[in-house]
Amino acid sequence: MGEVDILVGVPTLNNRGTIQRVVDAILVGLVKYYPRERTVLINPDGGSKDGTTEAVQAASIPDFRAVLAADPLRTMHVVSTRYPGVQGQSGALRTILAAADLLGAKACALISPDLESMTPGWIDALIQPVLKDNLDFVSPVYQRRRFDGLLVKNMLQPLVRAAYGWRIEEPVGRELAFSGRLAAHFLGQDSGREDFPGLGANAWLTTVAMAAGYRVSQSFLGPRVGASRRSELDLNTTIQEVAGAVFRCMELHEAYWTSRQESQDIPTFGFEPGLELDPVRIDRKRMLQMFRSGVDQLSSVLEKILSAPTLQAIQEVSGQEEKQFHFPDELWTKTVYEFASSYHRSVINRDHLLQALTPLYRGRVSSFILENARAGTQEVEGKMESLRKEYERLKPYLIESWTGKREVSHEGTDH
Amino acid sequence: MKELIIRNLRGALEAVSEITAEVLPRLLAMAIIVLAGWFVAWMIEVILRRLLVLARVNRLFESRGVTRALSGAALPSPADMISRVVFWAVWMSFILVGVNALGIVALQREVSDFVALLPQFIVAFLIIFFGFVAANFFSRAALLAAVNANSRSPRLFSSFVRFLILLFAVTMALERIGLGRGVVLVAFAVSFGAIMMGLAIAFGLGGRHVARRILERRFPASGTEEEEDKDEEGSHL
Repeated sequence: MGEVDILVGVPTLNNRGTIQRVVDAILVGLVKYYPRERTVLINPDGGSKDGTTEAVQAASIPDFRAVLAADPLRTMHVVSTRYPGVQGQSGALRTILAAADLLGAKACALISPDLESMTPGWIDALIQPVLKDNLDFVSPVYQRRRFDGLLVKNMLQPLVRAAYGWRIEEPVGRELAFSGRLAAHFLGQDSGREDFPGLGANAWLTTVAMAAGYRVSQSFLGPRVGASRRSELDLNTTIQEVAGAVFRCMELHEAYWTSRQESQDIPTFGFEPGLELDPVRIDRKRMLQMFRSGVDQLSSVLEKILSAPTLQAIQEVSGQEEKQFHFPDELWTKTVYEFASSYHRSVINRDHLLQALTPLYRGRVSSFILENARAGTQEVEGKMESLRKEYERLKPYLIESWTGKREVSHEGTDH
Repeated sequence: MKELIIRNLRGALEAVSEITAEVLPRLLAMAIIVLAGWFVAWMIEVILRRLLVLARVNRLFESRGVTRALSGAALPSPADMISRVVFWAVWMSFILVGVNALGIVALQREVSDFVALLPQFIVAFLIIFFGFVAANFFSRAALLAAVNANSRSPRLFSSFVRFLILLFAVTMALERIGLGRGVVLVAFAVSFGAIMMGLAIAFGLGGRHVARRILERRFPASGTEEEEDKDEEGSHL
């Protein structure tokens, strides 16, 4: 095959329903925007039994051959392979990174196989900053509904921004691009990569790029609609994967983020459409009820994780009437910081700790939805910005808790 | 008649005073040995704990994941655990010496039997220790799973899991030291069945979606069927 300019990785596992459309969009994108570059699509498959790999191999676009004939210098390969080891994102990622290194790719993109909303333009939006602007990492910016990406907005984005000091919109973006030299760096980080199941690997990629000093950017992609919408009952798994991954990354990059002061903007490409998307239906009452039940039932677990004042404040919030229910930004920020610190110090089993975070997150989300029930997208964005600033303001609190200067658990004394 | 009664009473009193004169010093000796043993064991425990803390044993175990396992099971730190085990070992030795000092042949036989059984006791102790570790871990896991599954009685469910595991550990320990083997066998069968039921309930409550995903991955549908559970609460990512 020789060397390539662009490598696009699409890890799959039984994605027959969507893979054809995703591969078609990638191929059209490559042909349309990069007609002279040598490209390869790598499809590491975890052992699909629904014909996913056959669908990838069979993908073709009507004018594909005409474009190739018009420019005989270009090459385009589609390779499906079964990656070795256990099923999971890390095995697929290793295959993609190894292929990028072997083929000397200048730019690599990682595309999720379950996309329903992908267009060929996404390939250009992701690849262009790497190939033409010489940046190393491109994170996506999705167009969000008001109550979309609640975990990202309330926790992951402000936490990563406050800790790592970069204003990145999607710290767990599922469509990414990175340079060949950054791919080689990722490949050399074996010790960390294997710890991250599922979407956690994407958080690892993003934070490694920031902590290693590579040039990070982001690019507008538009609305993201995935086929495998995780139900509310999967929230626990989601929090374990992504919040656990961010906490773990903070451990790996402790020296970096504890020395960062204020956050900085990163280059942003593309344009943000002003279109208001349809609102998403939220069952707020059920979330509030599960928060109250969690605070009541898990007091013995929470007192090992949280400081006495924080736990007491949460218990007071839990007792508020439904219409006045309010989970303040400061309390939520301290809660997240204390969870991160207790995770770092392994005060209890880490999976258990992350599971104990779920009911508190439900409370925060319930409060957020109640307060923004009549707010427009701009107003919600304004409130999110003040939350992000609160995370930054309280960063010294995080560092004190993290380094043990402030006792977090109930068993110690809160200074 | 009267003299006979008085003579018998006097004889009995003399016998009692003789026995008392013989046994009381031994009882006192035993009490002193046991009390002194407690004091010595306590001193050793305090000194050992301080030495272990000074030697940063907790940090040493932390790097090897032991502290995490113990705290994960709601058990004290390695330094506390080691010093407490040493306390009980020292005090038990003094108690055995004290019982031996009584000079009662039957008791001495029991003590020698006990010493012969000591290895079995240690194994039984280890079984109970790991039983506690497992009970604390799984009861907390059950509590969290039940809370996140919006179950009605998470604490009851968690206590049930804890009780079953402890019952299992205790019956295994008793079987190890040879107490009531028949009862233990029946208890084992009952406990095992109950634990399996508990686990099935736990998985049914907390992990039915995980089970569904596993089955879907194992036996993928041929078409593109929609998921049964609609996402009614927006998206989190």
